[in-house]
Parts: sequence; C-alpha cells; structure tokens
Amino acid sequence: MHWIRRAILATALAGATALQATAQPASPAPSGRFIVVLDAAHGGADTGARLASGQAEKSATLALSVRLRSLLSARNIAVVTTRESDATLDANRRATVTNHAAAQACLSLHASESGSGVHLFVSSLAPAPATNFPAWKTAQAAWVTRSIALAGALNSALLHAGINVTLERTTLSAVDSMICPAVAVEIAPARSPDGKVTAEPDDAAYQARVAAALVAALADFRTEARQP
Amino acid sequence: MIPRYQKVLFIILLVASLVMGVVLWRLRERAHKRMLAGEDSAPTRAPEVAPAEQATLVAANDADGSLLSQNFAFPLPQDPGARARVLIGKLLDLYATPDSNHPVSGGAAGVAEVFLLPATAPKDPQNPNAEMAVINLTGNFAASHPSGLETETLTVLSICATLRANLPRVTEVRFLVDGQPRDTLAGHADLTRTYLTANAVPTGGTNP
Repeated sequence: MHWIRRAILATALAGATALQATAQPASPAPSGRFIVVLDAAHGGADTGARLASGQAEKSATLALSVRLRSLLSARNIAVVTTRESDATLDANRRATVTNHAAAQACLSLHASESGSGVHLFVSSLAPAPATNFPAWKTAQAAWVTRSIALAGALNSALLHAGINVTLERTTLSAVDSMICPAVAVEIAPARSPDGKVTAEPDDAAYQARVAAALVAALADFRTEARQP
Repeated sequence: MIPRYQKVLFIILLVASLVMGVVLWRLRERAHKRMLAGEDSAPTRAPEVAPAEQATLVAANDADGSLLSQNFAFPLPQDPGARARVLIGKLLDLYATPDSNHPVSGGAAGVAEVFLLPATAPKDPQNPNAEMAVINLTGNFAASHPSGLETETLTVLSICATLRANLPRVTEVRFLVDGQPRDTLAGHADLTRTYLTANAVPTGGTNP
C-alpha cells in the first residue's frame, strides 16, 4: 500500500508542477511596480488578418509587442507579455496570464488593413460593481470605467503624435475576461486626407511612432494612478 | 473441372442480365422523357410584389468607425422574420458595392435565415413582446469577411442597429454561421455572445 500512496503523491506533485508551468506568463512580472500586460493577438496557427505587405497580423502584433516592451522597460515600467514567439494561445489563456499579472494596464495588440490610424476599443460590457468572484466572461465589467480612462489617455497621446484615432466599444472575449484596465489597440494603415495609404501597419517607422505615443500615454496613466 | 452444362447456364444468365439491364435503362429514359414532356413549368401563382416601404439601413464607415442611418425605399415582406432577412440582405448588398465605405463581399446571399424568438432578458414593461433575432450567416460570408477588430465589430453593430431601427421589438441578436455557433466572425468579433440592439446606436444620419 505504501507504493500506492507514493504513486498518488508523485502524480499530484507532477500535476501541480504542470499547472504552475502553464500558468507562467511568457515574461514574469516584478512585484510592487506599475505593471503593463502586452497581449500580442493571434499566433501559431491563428494568423489573424493578412496585411497588404503579405505579412500576417500575428507577426505585426508580435513586433509591436517587442517594441513596446523595450520602450516600457526603458521607462522602468514592468512588462508582462502573453507571448514572445509564434505560439498559439486561446482567449482564456491570454486572460489567465493577464489576470495572474495583477497589472495596472493591459493592451491587446491587433493590426488590420481596414480603416486608418489607430483604433482603440474598450469592452462593450456595461460597468458593474466589483465582486469577489466575477463571472469569467464578464470579469472586465468591473474595470470598464478604468479602461475608458486608459483609452482616453492613449487617445490623447496618439492625437498629440499626429496619429488619427477612433474610439469604439467591442466584444473581444480575451479582453472581456481581463481584470485590469484593458484596451484593444488595432493599428490600421496611416492614410493621407485623400485616403491614400502612407504607411502600412507593419511599417517599422510607423510602428515606432505609435509605440512611442502608447508608451507616453502609459507613463501618464501611471502618474495619474499614483495621484491620490 | 466445370461441367459443360454449367458453363452454358452461366453464359445464358449473363446474357439475360445484360439484356434486362439495357431494357431497364431504355424504360427509365422513356419514363423520364414522358415526365418532362408532361410537366407544366408555368408558375401556378403569380409572385406577389410587396409595395415599396421606407426602411432605415444603418451603414458602417471604416474611415471613422461611425454608423450612419440612411433611408431607402424597397419592397418588404409582412412576416417579421422575412422582413429582417431582407433588411440585412439590403445592408450587405450596400457593403458589396464597389464604392462602399465598409467593403464586405457576398451581399444579400451572406444571410441564410433570420429567426425571431422571444427575448431571453427579463420582461421589459416598455417592450413586453421583445424578441431575439437569430441570424444565420453563410460560411462563405464569414470566410470572405475582412479580418480586423474594427471591420468585424462594425458589421455586427450595423446589423444590430438596422434591426433596431426597423423592428423595435428585436432587442437581442445572436449569430450563427452555417447553422452552428462560432467563436468569432473572422478572428475578432465575438459571436458567442448575445448582442443588445440598444448598444448599437447610429452616430449620424444622411438621406442619399
């Protein structure tokens, strides 16, 4: 009977280790600091949209995530990323990594060929009071007001950088399950007033401009969050 | 060694089978021709043309993420489900035009059916007969829809807003693709949720 007990214990330990390993974000967050989660949308088999350059959305979002991580780290802002490589992640996994980070700002990064400039999306869930055990699919409801404030900060910084912005509401399952101020950021092509494309969403210089504006906005949001 | 009489019997049976096959084939062809000759292809009842009615289509614009109300006049059936299908079909036709502000190919063929069911939300005294529209999109429409957070969100919201503008009893909308629940329209907009038409509000309006 002793060997049965040992086998059960070993199985339980292996399970716990596996659970801990799967709950580990792609890059862990230092505690006690302003933490930003960067969720590069799509990845692996899920390629997302096909951009005009032929690049898949998953690659453009990962490039933007890497760029943002570097800029945020330089500003002494802790960053947690949901993926660092071309990995497949479902919406629940993204929300799990994000919620483990206990972040102060979460950005879901997307890229698209439709529209122009940068599209900012906040969850369309109606604001609701925080509860101890929020429903998984509507957990963002308690954070919608803060998410709108974060979208406002991002909007101001992007407009200040001369980038066209549209603010909208949407239902995105990963964002709807996040328990942090969360905004989905979709980079669309930069267009001239007559509608001609001047920079594609995966253009490095254009991404750098957008990333700089997003980082400035997050720095402002951090300052605002620390004010009494 | 097979006896001679068995060989003869086998050949006779084989020939008989072939002859019977040919005779059956000829009979089938003859019956088919007789059926086609006797069929009256004239319509038994003249198609009913409903009078043109004013309808509001809430069309999306990708350039600024807006939803604009536009008034049109076209025939609409009386049955609310069929009416909803025609309205959504007209909206998708608008998106399929070459100068569309929200280009989506497929047109009216993209919506297979629309079913109206009693709404799931608690009874609203203002709207006691509230209904849910279950919109069954075709797989081709979903496959050809441009992938993107804005474009997918605008398609969903413009459908909800068009239903709200023309069928006020429809307060909730759910989407199916080829009769099955689907996670997203084209990788982004969540189709597993029930959409409230009250949340789809046009941001402006023009009359073409």
